[in-house]
Amino acid sequence: MTPWTFFVTHRSEIWSATIDHVGLVLIAMSIAIVIAVPLGMFIVQRPALRTFSLGVASVLQTIPSLALFGFLIPIPFIGGIGPRTAIVALVLYALLPILRNTYVGLTSIDPAVLEAAEAMGMTNTQILTRVRLPLALGIILAGIRTATVITIGVATIAAAIGAGGLGTFIFRGVAMVSDAVILAGAVPAALLAILADLFLALVEHRLRAQ
Amino acid sequence: MTYSVKGRSAPLISQLSMSVNSRETLVLLGRSGSGKTTLLRLINRMLAPSSGEVVVEGKSTVDWDAIRLRRHIGYVIQEAGLFPHFTVAENVGLVPQLDKWDPARIAQRTDELLRIVGLDPKEFAQRRPAQLSGGQRQRVGVARGLGADPSILLMDEPFGALDPVTRSELQREFSALARRLGKTIVFVTHDLREALLLASRIVLLQNGRIVASGTPQEFLRIDHPEVKAFAASLQPVPGVPA
Repeated sequence: MTPWTFFVTHRSEIWSATIDHVGLVLIAMSIAIVIAVPLGMFIVQRPALRTFSLGVASVLQTIPSLALFGFLIPIPFIGGIGPRTAIVALVLYALLPILRNTYVGLTSIDPAVLEAAEAMGMTNTQILTRVRLPLALGIILAGIRTATVITIGVATIAAAIGAGGLGTFIFRGVAMVSDAVILAGAVPAALLAILADLFLALVEHRLRAQ
Repeated sequence: MTYSVKGRSAPLISQLSMSVNSRETLVLLGRSGSGKTTLLRLINRMLAPSSGEVVVEGKSTVDWDAIRLRRHIGYVIQEAGLFPHFTVAENVGLVPQLDKWDPARIAQRTDELLRIVGLDPKEFAQRRPAQLSGGQRQRVGVARGLGADPSILLMDEPFGALDPVTRSELQREFSALARRLGKTIVFVTHDLREALLLASRIVLLQNGRIVASGTPQEFLRIDHPEVKAFAASLQPVPGVPA
């Protein structure tokens, strides 16, 4: 069987796996953004917490993804078999790029601009929302973009713990020693990553141009 | 009044006592590290004195609400420190906008200020700081400092980063502007020529202390080594007729 005939005969199954995959990534990225962006804002003024949280996020990123999925299975509430565990692992992976870029973005602003903001009588909240965040947005978005591309790739391994997604085909193909089946999972996953990257690059470009 | 920082043996400002008269242009002159910028930041309570007090309009700065005090005092810094994501109009109208002026009044005020600093509002209001020359940016910085029509204006080496030709143009224009506006101005510089041109009174700082003060006419006659050191910086280049 050629990859193309496999693709055509299984297109509805591939399509629904793609939808599952996108779902995993979207949920994981939303949670990671909601955690990492505020945390990045919070650690700007707190050096001890900054070292700790960036350290933890870096360590998490060094754990091989398959092992991380394995470690999480026995943990109560967040563990077990299925998408929930997968999402937890994906969130942990996505934290570092978003956290680091949020911190870097917020702290790499021209000191003269921050001095002027303070001297003009802006409150700390106004400085954060009207100066720091808008100026850091491009860099934060670049972090989100990196995290998204990583998450789309790592999410293929989520199939190993029964979370579904395009990894299902890859694992099945490995077991069957069939390139056609592996490609049915790998090609859509790669395309998703490329599309997400292009889309977020476009958004980032628009924002920076403003 | 003294201002010191923990872990440093010598205070940045040491038992300093001075007053600024209404509507005068007081120039704080001194080398880098003499404490002139620190002194400026003590006036709008970006810093609070370690001992003694700074009184603005009859009230100690620590009794002022810091945000209110800062909106009440114009501030202009080197390199302008304009907000790169705001248009020129948004930069100039910032303090009025923070103080919730009516938008039509802000627009009118912005246009008026741009004309005051010699920029045509039609041409410049909607530009971003990146689309301006250094001199134009500094003009916008001055306009922004005057935004809410403060009676006090603090200026920290506002023309320091400009090329010498543009700098002297802006100095001359600003000197005329300052006289016309009748603001109380405290101006920080390390350039004696600038001090002589703009000041109604010059205060020379060294190591956080006042070592000399006087009008531009009196200043060069003061017998103090630091005054002589600054005066030497005015000497023409040997062999080139002045």
